[in-house]
Amino acid sequence: MPLFWKRKKQDDIITLGLHREATEAEKKIAERRDEGPEGDFLEKFQDAVAATRETIADKLDAVFAGKREIDADVLDKLEEALIGADIGVQTSLDIIEKARKQVQRQQLNDIDELKRLIKDELRAILDNADRHRQSGTVASETEVALDIKPYVLMIVGVNGVGKTTTIGKLAHRIKSEGNQVMICAADTFRAAANDQLAIWAERSGVPLIQQKPGTDPSAVLFDAISAAKARSADVLIVDTAGRLHTKLNLMQELEKMRRIAGREIQQAPHEVLLIIDAVTGQNGLEQAKQFSKAMPVTGLVLTKLDGTAKGGIVIAIAKELGIPIRYVGVGEQMNDLIEFSSEAYINGLFR
Amino acid sequence: MFEALSDKLRKVLKDLRGQGRLTEAHIEAAMREIRIALLEADVNFKVVKSFVDRVKEKALGQEVLGSLSPDQQVVKVVHDELVEMLGGTSTQIIFTKRVPNVIMMVGLQGSGKTTTTGKLAKHLAETHKRRPLMVSVDVYRPAARQQLEIIGAAIHQSVLKLPELNDPVALVKQALRECQLVGYDTLLIDTAGRLHIDDELMNELQQIKDETQPNEIIFIADSMTGQDAVNSAQQFHQRIGLTGVILTKMDGDTRGGAALSIKEVTGQPIKFIGVGEKYDALEPFYPDRIAQRILGMGDVLSLIEKVQAEVDEEQALEMQRKLMKNQFTLEDFRDQLRQVRKLGSLDKLMDMLPSGLFGGFKMTAEQNQEMERKFKMTDAIINSMTSVERSNHDILNASRRKRIAKGSGTSVQQVNQMINEYTEMRKMMRMMTSGGLGSMMGGLGNMGSLAGGLAGGLGGGGFRRKATKRKKKKKKR
Ligand SMILES: Nc1nc2c(ncn2[C@@H]2O[C@H](COP(=O)(O)OP(=O)(O)OP(=O)(O)O)[C@@H](O)[C@H]2O)c(=O)[nH]1
Ligand SMILES: Nc1nc2c(ncn2[C@@H]2O[C@H](COP(=O)(O)OP(=O)(O)OP(=O)(O)O)[C@@H](O)[C@H]2O)c(=O)[nH]1
Ligand SMILES: [Mg+2]
Ligand SMILES: [Mg+2]
Repeated sequence: MPLFWKRKKQDDIITLGLHREATEAEKKIAERRDEGPEGDFLEKFQDAVAATRETIADKLDAVFAGKREIDADVLDKLEEALIGADIGVQTSLDIIEKARKQVQRQQLNDIDELKRLIKDELRAILDNADRHRQSGTVASETEVALDIKPYVLMIVGVNGVGKTTTIGKLAHRIKSEGNQVMICAADTFRAAANDQLAIWAERSGVPLIQQKPGTDPSAVLFDAISAAKARSADVLIVDTAGRLHTKLNLMQELEKMRRIAGREIQQAPHEVLLIIDAVTGQNGLEQAKQFSKAMPVTGLVLTKLDGTAKGGIVIAIAKELGIPIRYVGVGEQMNDLIEFSSEAYINGLFR
Repeated sequence: MFEALSDKLRKVLKDLRGQGRLTEAHIEAAMREIRIALLEADVNFKVVKSFVDRVKEKALGQEVLGSLSPDQQVVKVVHDELVEMLGGTSTQIIFTKRVPNVIMMVGLQGSGKTTTTGKLAKHLAETHKRRPLMVSVDVYRPAARQQLEIIGAAIHQSVLKLPELNDPVALVKQALRECQLVGYDTLLIDTAGRLHIDDELMNELQQIKDETQPNEIIFIADSMTGQDAVNSAQQFHQRIGLTGVILTKMDGDTRGGAALSIKEVTGQPIKFIGVGEKYDALEPFYPDRIAQRILGMGDVLSLIEKVQAEVDEEQALEMQRKLMKNQFTLEDFRDQLRQVRKLGSLDKLMDMLPSGLFGGFKMTAEQNQEMERKFKMTDAIINSMTSVERSNHDILNASRRKRIAKGSGTSVQQVNQMINEYTEMRKMMRMMTSGGLGSMMGGLGNMGSLAGGLAGGLGGGGFRRKATKRKKKKKKR
């Protein structure tokens, strides 16, 4: 079972910081690794979706009941279900159109086939996006040489989506697999942003680099990179202030941070995760577009999936922009972060 | 990426112009586009369904006005219906005599509760002369209470700090006591973000409500929310009973269809919108602006204004014809006055006209008030007439005038004066339509006839257009 955090060295995956004798704590983690940390994903995610009462499959079964073939009603219901999950309107319409054609050509006759078709379609979109990552078109921790240190991971997104909380969770997990992690508090704007991050840093036992509120975020980043170099940290996670993607000056601020990072460390930022709140509607697509202009967004984190919203806009983002979904937030506690799996996600939607 | 709804409608309805009525087939085609536009704007699909049904009913069989293209007309129907659905009961915070008034802020995680608590406290203090106390009962999220403290300091409003107390109910009890003790008249409670399916935390809200008997429970909703807005809003409303909504983060480019979804499932008014991270970025909610935004693009806004202008212009031309034939009745006179008043207050109107027109004449506030009063009175007098009287003022004998005075709460003298002004104006209007503006200005001696002159003059074409154009600019800002 794969590790949560991995970097490639030749062909075998090794954990950062483990090129020395493993400590007792790390051995325990290594054992856990064999159980596969993601085994609980399906369960947790499906629990989360179960709370949403009706899944797409339920809705379809309800309209199909007593029918012999797939008709316009069934397809309409399906369209509603997809749109209701916030899968982009255009994406939903495209998928329905495909199904409609197959029904017309009598290639699609029963409800289970229809479900399979839709699942496969959605899955293909997500997996395609992830293939970009696997092939190295989109950067990730497996693609960056081990001698580049620290690995700079930036977290960006609009206001209140869960950036800071996700950083707390990520720091905890990456550290618990034996890596030396540091956090940079580059949200110098929002009230008590530092205090909030400081508590997360403490919880996960990770050092935090911060400065006075109002400091230029790029200056904080510069400091943090210097500190991370000095302590030869493996990973530096950078919190940024929430910003709407329409604010030109704030997007320029991000670009500046990107430049500073790239100047100080080869290829940095190595990874930029855009946080998307599961309740987000169609605007999510525009968020992804605009953030991608300021920063090379390498992946998405879908937060608050423990609510009733299904976060389908990530499918539209994956389809349009080819950005893979990396992690999923399912709560407000430190352990409520899971690696994304397209299979579990789609199954959760359809269960 | 979104094609403007108006463009789409223009395409599907382009061959309809001049065909008289909107038919079923046209409406069907238009409704498909409207449905997609609303879904793209994040209006919940169930809400879209019922909305489209209602619009269909209204649009079907409507006569296509000569000067309007069918797509413009459909946009207008949709827009008007949206405005009606979004609007409604009081958008102000309701205060009672009780001390303190309690306002509870509730909502999902990260929707903007804490920030909006600060904004609202500042607003209430500055524009309503309230004395607010804020308290955070978010004992869960890291640094949630520090956040409110920092905000309080930034806006110079009080925040209750009891860091050793970690029970939300105990905290609000203390806060109520503090209000009594110090004399705060308004208590704003910032609660922790929570999921509507979190039974335990929803119960906690109920407890806080029971303890504080709030007069407002405001749902803070992120305007970027998609389809799920109906679920969360409905649950919050069912469990604790909301009294209003504030939509945050409207400074982005979200179409904000969640506004419609939330309004539809809760029935509660949207009171404010949040338009930035700073503490003064709170604005009143205007249903028409949001409707335009949901439909997408400012071009709908300008289109609707154009539609409005064309309707008015058509009426104006009609008036002119009537004047020429000396058929300008009291009813028309009233319509004209109403049109003028629709444009705004008179002094603003004067500002829009070329300055030389009245020889630099400027109205004082009192004169303006006087004119407004006069407008209202004229309206009341004409309303008290029968339709026969309105179409023929010559039959207005003494006894009729007496009855009209009584009906409109005016004196016979005032009725007489009004009728004189009307006949004066008719004369003047005729002069104007035949002799142009200059001759009309000559007739504008006293303030009394100004009302009529303005009303008629604007209706008669000429600077009516200018006024409309200026108005458009003003609105856009
Ligand atoms: N239920 C749930 N809540 C979450 C999740 N992730 C974050 N939250 C909550 O969402 C709220 C906002 O989270 P933050 O981490 O402060 O978000 P942010 O993006 O850093 O916010 P800003 O810095 O203000 O833009 C907090 O109340 C978090 O506890 C999640 O996966 N599930
Ligand atoms: N651009 C913009 N940002 C806003 C607005 N209102 C709030 N925010 C931002 O949204 C983020 C979350 O705001 P908070 O006030 O912390 O939200 P909350 O609902 O109290 O969050 P929790 O207590 O964690 O559930 C912060 O970054 C705010 O600055 C707004 O109207 N416009
Ligand atoms: Mg943050
Ligand atoms: Mg808060």
